[in-house]
Amino acid sequence: MSVLAADGEPLIRWNWIGDHSDELTTLTLHHLKLALLPILFGLIVAIPLGIMCVRWRWLYPPTLGVANVFYGIPSLALFMLFIPYFGIGSGGQADFTIILPLTLFSLSVLVPNVVDGLRSVPEPVRQAATAMGFGTLRRLVQVELPIAVPVIIAGARVAAVASISLVSVGVLIGNGGLGQLFIDGYSRDFTTPIIVSCVLIIVLALFSDGVLVTAQRLLTPWARTRRSNG
Amino acid sequence: MIRFDGVTKRYPDGTVAVDDLTLEIPSGQITVFVGPSGCGKTTSLRMINRMIEPTAGTISIDGEDIRKKDASDLRRGIGYVIQHAGLFPHRTIIDNIATVPYLLGWDKKKARATALELMERVGLDTKMAKRYPFQLSGGQQQRVGVARALAADPPVMLMDEPFSAVDPIVRNSLQDEFLRLQSEVRKTIAFVTHDIDEAVKLGHRIAVFQVGGVLAQHATPDELLTNPAEGFVTEFLGGEKGLKRLRFNRELDATEEPAQPEIEDDVEAAER
Repeated sequence: MSVLAADGEPLIRWNWIGDHSDELTTLTLHHLKLALLPILFGLIVAIPLGIMCVRWRWLYPPTLGVANVFYGIPSLALFMLFIPYFGIGSGGQADFTIILPLTLFSLSVLVPNVVDGLRSVPEPVRQAATAMGFGTLRRLVQVELPIAVPVIIAGARVAAVASISLVSVGVLIGNGGLGQLFIDGYSRDFTTPIIVSCVLIIVLALFSDGVLVTAQRLLTPWARTRRSNG
Repeated sequence: MIRFDGVTKRYPDGTVAVDDLTLEIPSGQITVFVGPSGCGKTTSLRMINRMIEPTAGTISIDGEDIRKKDASDLRRGIGYVIQHAGLFPHRTIIDNIATVPYLLGWDKKKARATALELMERVGLDTKMAKRYPFQLSGGQQQRVGVARALAADPPVMLMDEPFSAVDPIVRNSLQDEFLRLQSEVRKTIAFVTHDIDEAVKLGHRIAVFQVGGVLAQHATPDELLTNPAEGFVTEFLGGEKGLKRLRFNRELDATEEPAQPEIEDDVEAAER
């Protein structure tokens, strides 16, 4: 490669990538774990919360308010809030210092999507279900939640991409997945790790999004054409 | 037989949707509730399967007070068809039709076999079984709605403007096929419409409702057309001009197609 930085150092040293492939794999997988577990936990919290917000309308504004306040807190500040409980560093319990704040962040996207998804169930469908003898719980599980799936997954996609980019901030408290390479490169004035981590983070985001889109297609074949028809 | 006995529905804000309704819906026949919007016809229909609970009075099916049963159990024994079909978008046609059999815990094979049979019965190509509702036209969806209501062979069906969302030509053929189907299955049907032509065409009996939830007249179509109650009913039928047209159409229908099956009172006894 003949692209050179100002001091004659190449922008990317390709052999560095080969030499560090093990480390890159570990960091990538760890990054993925730090970013996506929060989405999973977020869904586990957001689905019941969203159901309650639809059932008891008054609950929705305060819930959304709290979720948005979390989202408004700078991620670094929120990470630091959890250090006393889970410690600092990478791996083991310390991962929760990153995972829990990101879970809280995801709620501000996931809860509204669960609510919107449940509200997207057409009234005639809800009525027909009731009239055919579905009880409240069965109607929720067999009719309302399945119909809400496309909207919930749309929320999960947004939350996943945001989460993947936010993990890097964790490097400032010693646990940032691929963000680690940022600091390495910056402190050594060495561009290769910086570029590699940027590219890998983008690839991760695209990959996760692709997985979620595919999951949605497979889970909801009934929604495919309807959406494009409007 | 479905019987309304002094049934009133009053909402907390004081609006009276149905006012002291006493009415009998004979078994094996189609009784049409007709009237302008706000006349309480849909409210009356929905009180039969307890989607709405009356404020006063009792409703009974074959002599049994509907409040004695669990609401979900009651509903599984009553077919229900609505205007926009209300099909489950996430389920295939065959599974939509088999909804109530599944709820009743039928074996999946049996439920699906029944559903396929019903598809043919309502005039749907069984090739559509694995499709989703969005892939069907409005008329086809409405047929699925009817098949779904019939799936567990309930003795009673409630139909709330089932054919009013489709275009007139499709509506006409749906109505004709519905009459043919009813002549085979002989369900006890309460049918809501705002369309007097539809009421005259489909009903063995017609209950004309007036705004405020008052039953203005309850009669056979012929009685209604020859002897409409003064005032509201005559006006609703379109005055002298409207009556002339309705009588003329009725004669046309009678000559063009076989007359509606006459249901004897002992049909129910004969079926048992």
